[in-house]
Amino acid sequence: MMKLKKIILILFTISIISLVFTGCKENRTVLNIYNWGDYIDPTVIEDFENEYGIKVNYSTFATNEDMYVKLKSGAGNYDIAFPSDYMIERMINEDMLYELDKNNIPNFKNIDERFTDLSFDPGNKYSVPYLWGTVGILYNKNVVKEKVNSWRILWDKKYKDEIIMLDSQRDSIGVALKKLGYSMNSRNIGELEKAKKELIRQKPLVYTYVIDEVKDLMVAEEADLAVVWSGDATAAIRDNKDLEYIIPKEGSNIWFDNIVIPKTSRNKKEAELFIDFMCRPDIAVRNTDYIGYSTANKEAIKKLPEDIKNSKVAYPSNEELDRCEIFKDPSDFITQYDIIWTEIKAEY
Amino acid sequence: MKLKWTSYPYIVWMIIFIVIPLVLILFFSITSGDVFKIGEFQFTLDNFKRFMNPTYLKVLGRSINLALKSTLICFLLGYPMAMIISREKIKKRNAMILLFILPMWMNFLLRTYAWLTLLGRNGLINYIIKKLGFAPLSLIYNDKAILLGMIYNFLPFMVLPIYSILIKIDKSLIEAAEDLGASKLEVFTKIIFPLSIPGIVSGFTMVFMPAVSTFVITSLLGGGKYMLIGNLVEQQFLWSGDWNFGSAISIVMMIFILISMGIMTKFDGDRKGGGLW
Repeated sequence: MMKLKKIILILFTISIISLVFTGCKENRTVLNIYNWGDYIDPTVIEDFENEYGIKVNYSTFATNEDMYVKLKSGAGNYDIAFPSDYMIERMINEDMLYELDKNNIPNFKNIDERFTDLSFDPGNKYSVPYLWGTVGILYNKNVVKEKVNSWRILWDKKYKDEIIMLDSQRDSIGVALKKLGYSMNSRNIGELEKAKKELIRQKPLVYTYVIDEVKDLMVAEEADLAVVWSGDATAAIRDNKDLEYIIPKEGSNIWFDNIVIPKTSRNKKEAELFIDFMCRPDIAVRNTDYIGYSTANKEAIKKLPEDIKNSKVAYPSNEELDRCEIFKDPSDFITQYDIIWTEIKAEY
Repeated sequence: MKLKWTSYPYIVWMIIFIVIPLVLILFFSITSGDVFKIGEFQFTLDNFKRFMNPTYLKVLGRSINLALKSTLICFLLGYPMAMIISREKIKKRNAMILLFILPMWMNFLLRTYAWLTLLGRNGLINYIIKKLGFAPLSLIYNDKAILLGMIYNFLPFMVLPIYSILIKIDKSLIEAAEDLGASKLEVFTKIIFPLSIPGIVSGFTMVFMPAVSTFVITSLLGGGKYMLIGNLVEQQFLWSGDWNFGSAISIVMMIFILISMGIMTKFDGDRKGGGLW
């Protein structure tokens, strides 16, 4: 009896240990895809699985840093990831990405030339543009009667407790830098200190710092002005016609989320197949329609409904885009941003 | 102490999920460099030195301040509540405790989100206030809202341990005191309260610990305007990718909680059980 108990316990111990080290096995090729939350039309994945007989294992992340850590630690064997511009730069520098074989991605020709060959990945050796957007001001035109065209309005005492800022270090500090006329990628301590002072001065006027909730708050008219990403602006305007979105004249940030194949991948061929699939105009249209952000696929734009295609929010003019900067990887300088952001947040 | 072999599965579990992570946090906190290149680390105390900056100490101070306040209010609300419940007949008592725990079965995040729609500028409370003809109040995105969120979420952790101690108090002690002529107040101050101290101590720890390290309540109800120590740790891991500094803050926090627990158990002189530690 005692012996049986002992055996059971040993088995139990082994199973606990093995719990940690097990993975799943399947005969079909499995493609591990790592994407932002709510950033693909789920039926697109099903179609891909049915068309190519490849199983997709889909998981999501919330921030670039989150994803970076997962990939860097080698957990998960991801075959596809969707990092943003500055993170791609960092991953290329750290040799974390496979070079893409463009012969396997014929649909790359559908990508708008304006969004290829950008500074973070010259020649698009490692990444294919997926979606992009800008940062700007979303405001309620029933309450804000004056012309909104500058970041300055976010420092106007008239709108005390009516301003929503992004709870994101780089975006908020970037806004202050732009207001002061500096680059959003500033690595100058003096400029950053000035931006910090601006944000501390602005803090009493701010209603809240949020990220995802901004859409709901603006639609519910809890505040008059908000710094938002253009995709959120599109979604908010769809629900509340009194809202309007502008890119301030001082310039702003333009960001890209591209598709890459991390070196953790064991199925590079299939991963390229997936990228090619995502670049197909009909698929890109479905994703764009579902998510609301701007597509980098010029063939897809032609197929979008008129109101989206002509939307100034999703597809601003070239002149507006020229004023926008892409974030660069701050590498070690991120600590400075972090210190400044903590000082702003600790102030009250 | 000789360990029984029946405890092996538990020990393996502890090593994998408690000891190793703790050792890793300690290791990260005293090293610098890329956390993924294990070969290239250097020992340093810079992470702790960085924390000694007034900005971070201010964040720590505010976290402790808010956590203490919420613990105290939980105690002032929770003790009478536990008393009232413990004096009811068993059936009613169990029903009351069940009602008290019932909301906890719902997700913590959802319950906190619910406050957003209650307290918001166009929320339910302000809607009623406006209907009554008053100017709307700013109820959300300030430290009072954070305090409210903490008290609301952690109150059961204060009430339950006190309650479980109170129902275990030997009734004959109270009867003896009354027989010897003690007034109701004296019975409380000399018998009931001292006997319930272990419950109070575990209630304090159970509320203080999650309150001091929370980051969800602060960002949801505080609107990101207030940074507490939990948010600081979150920021290091999710945004800045500075695991070393994040670990150092966690270690400081753990030392701090250990010290405060040590102080609290001092009050809990002879342990008669019922406490949770």
